[in-house]
Amino acid sequence: MNIQTDIERKLREAFDPVHLEVVNESANHNVPPGSESHFKVTIASQAFEGERLVGRHRKVNAVLSEELAGRIHALALHTLTPDEWFERAGRVPDSPPCLGGSKAG
Amino acid sequence: MDALERIKQQVESHPVVIFMKGTPQFPMCGFSSRAAEALKQCGQEFAYVNVLADQEVFQALPQYANWPTFPQIYIDGELVGGCDITLELFQSGELKKMIDEATAKRKSA
Repeated sequence: MNIQTDIERKLREAFDPVHLEVVNESANHNVPPGSESHFKVTIASQAFEGERLVGRHRKVNAVLSEELAGRIHALALHTLTPDEWFERAGRVPDSPPCLGGSKAG
Repeated sequence: MDALERIKQQVESHPVVIFMKGTPQFPMCGFSSRAAEALKQCGQEFAYVNVLADQEVFQALPQYANWPTFPQIYIDGELVGGCDITLELFQSGELKKMIDEATAKRKSA
């Protein structure tokens, strides 16, 4: 089963987002080719209205708890309300470059 | 002292603490590096715990505040979030305000 597809499906079902982008950034990291370990999620949804960032991230983490418990290693997360999404014209920051992680020893 | 107790002690005894991979001088992960850099730029001293140097803390930290990923940033005893939230608050100027307030509170206590 493709993890990226699972993440997209779960987030769509849970948040009915006006925008959802899930990017597999694993190739930028210290993992074998074809890995599904590092993801970046940009999601804009009414469900985040009136909620602080920490609360929004908690909601997403809860929906992806199974993935975060072992299948994925990193999740960059940009959670926006529909208004914030349009104000920013859809721009979110790039994820940081890999510095070796736990495997750099 | 078990790992959760040690985490609690770190969180409660410092106005600002980051649990990160590596150290602010030698970060081992891009997310930890960026979060520590944002803290540095706020100009106050902050504490750090290298989770790669303490396997018990590494394993226990996700349970502590029910937050599954690293780094984790705590200000005034409370989880602020991870890298993305810290950077967002830094860019809006809110992070510096929170850190200044937490530091001043400890100094006057």
